[in-house]
Amino acid sequence: MILSVLSSFALVSGLMVVRAKNPVHSVLFFILVFCNTSGLLILLGLDFFAMIFLIVYIGAIAVLFLFVVMMFNIQIAEIHEEVLRYLPVSGIIGLIFWWEMFFILDNETIPLLPTHRNTTSLRYMVYAEKVQSWTNLETLGNLLYTHYFVWFLVSSLILLVAMIGAIVLTMHRTTRVKRQDIFRKNALDSRRIIMKEDGRDLSRREAYIYNEYISFGSPRVSGFETSGGA
Amino acid sequence: MIIDTTEVQTINSFSTSGFFKEVYGLIWIIPILTLILEITIGVLVIVWLEREISAAIQQRIGPEYAGPLGILQAIADGTKLLLKEDLLPSRGDIRLFSVGPSIAVISVLLSYLVIPFGYRLVLADLGIGVFLWIAISSIAPIGLLMSGYGSNNKYSFSGGLRAAAQSISYEIPLTLCVLSISLRLEIGRNDQVVLPYDSDLDSSTVDIVEAQSKYGFWGWNLWRQPIGFLVFLISSLAECERLPFDLPEAEEELVAGYQTEYSGIKYALFYLASYLNLLVSSLFVTVLYLGGWNFSIPYIPIPELFRINQMAGIFGMTIDIFITLAKAYLFLFISITTRWTLPRMRIDQLLNLGWKFLLPISLGNLLLTTSSQLVSL
Repeated sequence: MILSVLSSFALVSGLMVVRAKNPVHSVLFFILVFCNTSGLLILLGLDFFAMIFLIVYIGAIAVLFLFVVMMFNIQIAEIHEEVLRYLPVSGIIGLIFWWEMFFILDNETIPLLPTHRNTTSLRYMVYAEKVQSWTNLETLGNLLYTHYFVWFLVSSLILLVAMIGAIVLTMHRTTRVKRQDIFRKNALDSRRIIMKEDGRDLSRREAYIYNEYISFGSPRVSGFETSGGA
Repeated sequence: MIIDTTEVQTINSFSTSGFFKEVYGLIWIIPILTLILEITIGVLVIVWLEREISAAIQQRIGPEYAGPLGILQAIADGTKLLLKEDLLPSRGDIRLFSVGPSIAVISVLLSYLVIPFGYRLVLADLGIGVFLWIAISSIAPIGLLMSGYGSNNKYSFSGGLRAAAQSISYEIPLTLCVLSISLRLEIGRNDQVVLPYDSDLDSSTVDIVEAQSKYGFWGWNLWRQPIGFLVFLISSLAECERLPFDLPEAEEELVAGYQTEYSGIKYALFYLASYLNLLVSSLFVTVLYLGGWNFSIPYIPIPELFRINQMAGIFGMTIDIFITLAKAYLFLFISITTRWTLPRMRIDQLLNLGWKFLLPISLGNLLLTTSSQLVSL
């Protein structure tokens, strides 16, 4: 019963992802699909993968989807949009997909299909796994890091590429870039920074004129000569 | 409670006998309700504790009018919030607005399934144990985002985004610290080191506590993973959104962050979720680092004396629960004291701390743990 509940929720949520008007609702139904799929994985006995689905898909990927969808001003779809114009191509693709699914799945394990033969479904207990069984995590580790380590390394390279992409987009060049430190600039006193050609510092009047030049572009004091002294 | 059920072979799983087995499975509701009752009382106690400790830090008297010593203050607060008007923003997304706090509370309540209060006092002794807590606490940012978005208020929205960013940033050091603990070596029966693929080394919380039971006080994971303990402490404070990581609920910057538009019982749900999260984090700190229910003074076999017969066994279980709660109180005290002592961090400081400081340190901790295991083999 739980299998049918979870599967039907997953299918309905999947449908609502496509049909929801508000894109935020769309992503939230997407999250529901993952929740239900995680439940289905638990039913299959893959508890570790169910938790990984929750952590990675819902906790990271869907949250980032939500960030994008919520922050950008994506227009809400019109109610009377003509969906019928998608029907020819999408109908053909959908029918091909359905045909492939029926072609691949074994008929005896799905009792509700019209092609099911009349056998009773047996549930029996595997005693071997009660004696000494590996957890999901141990099984995964024993295979992934020994026989299939190449796939593991390749997937880490893919993630590295993604990380490099993110760094390139948001790079904050800390060296060799002329940046302004506002606090430091405000603390500068032109009398201590600027030296005149003959080695003397600016006087108070000259510092004032210098500041006028910097701030306003021209001195407001009339009759000024820069070569003069204090 | 762990009840040993026997599995029956069924020929057809859709028959009526299958239905009756599911009805008998409802007996589980009694331990679940017991735990919920305990948690609710625990939250009331924590609210009172927070008020008393904050009053002591600020040199004033805490609540004193509601019940003796102010014990009923939390119930008074809850009743007040229950009776307030439930406001809904007129142009906000009402369904998301209403569902948001519930998701935050549900995800925290589900984490209580795997906390052991004693050897047989755990609701679900799962093989994936602690991992369930990490997985379910990853769902909490969704609730916060929904609340912030549905409030139709740009400050709430900003608070919700910040809260979600903070939550997902601090999940990673948390997970890595938990992973470092799960990589423990077990000392087998003949005092031989058991290799990891010989026994069932899983992330079960009961097994983690059992692994700390050998040498009493010195068997705590705190001594084996001191860096991990500090990182876990900081990360769990950040996950609970307690000060100093309080920015999503900042009063000065964002009014109240994603909780601005909430009133009445929905606000009470956020309040409840915050304290529930604090309680579950402190219980996990005791389970993972402080030795769980073990009476940690070495060479005093007090719990074993109480397992002689059935009646004394119950007293032994009570002592286990009491020890767990006493150890959890340590972390509660630390976090409440931290709240009323340290200033709040800015969002960029917070995220820098999570990604640039705690993440490399927890990776280093993992490396250190695995390399020390290699060396000792």
